[in-house]
Amino acid sequence: MKARHKRFTLLAAGLAGLGLATALVLNALENNMSYFFDASQVVQGEAPAGHVFRLGGLVKPGSLQRGEELTVRFIVTDNAEEVPVAYTGILPDLFDEGQGVIAQGRLGSDGAFVAEEVLAKHDENYMAPEVAASMKQQHVEGVQNMAPEAMVQ
Amino acid sequence: MSSRLINWFKFSSPVAFYPLAGRLGAWSGWIAAILIVVGLYMSFFVAPTDYKQGEGYRIIYVHVPAAWMSMFIYVVMAGWAGMGLVFNTRLSSMMASALAPTGALFAFLSLWTGAFWGKPMWGAWWVWDARLTSALILFFLYLGFMALQASIDEPRRADRAGAILALVGVVNVPIIYYSVQWWNTLHQGATIKMGGGASMDPVMLWTMLIMTFGFWAYAIAVAMIRVQAIILERERNTTWVTELVKAGGKA
Repeated sequence: MKARHKRFTLLAAGLAGLGLATALVLNALENNMSYFFDASQVVQGEAPAGHVFRLGGLVKPGSLQRGEELTVRFIVTDNAEEVPVAYTGILPDLFDEGQGVIAQGRLGSDGAFVAEEVLAKHDENYMAPEVAASMKQQHVEGVQNMAPEAMVQ
Repeated sequence: MSSRLINWFKFSSPVAFYPLAGRLGAWSGWIAAILIVVGLYMSFFVAPTDYKQGEGYRIIYVHVPAAWMSMFIYVVMAGWAGMGLVFNTRLSSMMASALAPTGALFAFLSLWTGAFWGKPMWGAWWVWDARLTSALILFFLYLGFMALQASIDEPRRADRAGAILALVGVVNVPIIYYSVQWWNTLHQGATIKMGGGASMDPVMLWTMLIMTFGFWAYAIAVAMIRVQAIILERERNTTWVTELVKAGGKA
């Protein structure tokens, strides 16, 4: 074995060991690395009660209510469970019904989440407005075309 | 080991590599200038507005290529540093040192432009989610590598110490890349996935790729100029450098 082969073996073994150690650490940290809890986790009581934590999910379409002054109420859902949220403050531009959102705050005794801060979560899709409009149009037409067939059945 | 057509090991000697680095640097510089000018023009005037984010999304044309390059350069840098350790070739370590400042620049650029995008879109300049935190660690790794090398006077020892740090830091790169898949993060998932498929308008995608290749060419250009400077500095007591200086710098 030449010296450089020895060094290479040592290096490869070192990196493999390091990779394994990192994988084990990350595996042990698991959920502590997550930035937020989803609605199902909150409903199942996995989120810390009485402490500040973050709730993430989609704003349920049709659930947004603008109250007096700056207080808004909406429902955060992960399409399985739902958590009602109340927030007083200014919402980010991307905040909308059907959009991803992350709220930081506490769970009240009535099961409603009182947010101190609301961040909008963007998805990975980038589209021109015309494309988005035509996709929506096609979706509407598709649903309309489906309707008569559904009635026959 | 060596190819029959070209003897690659010839270029592992700083003397032989010096003129090649000059030519590579000049060519890459021109390619970078052209691609970045075209890319920026497309970013601002050709690529369509995003349906949801409006004009503000255009910052991704700097942010995403910079973030990609910051990760890619780190892997290349660690590769050179590892080769320097294994083969004891001086030039490999010089290449690693030459890449570090450019990698740090791209890492900083990705964090900075990300903050500018985050404020209007998310509502926050910065959050401590897994993606942002691991990207910040990458920036610190670059700074740590440069600081460690600079703090050791003897170049060969500086190379070895830096190489260990660079190699240990490699574990962070897959963590950055997969952080948005493994954990819940505020940062969105990958738009362009490894193994095909992009949820993006084709013109937007092309613009982003042109910017990426422009940044890539820029990274090669400045790394070559920097490696030339490092070679001259470290070989300043050799006869070939003395002759080069006498000849007016023409290699």
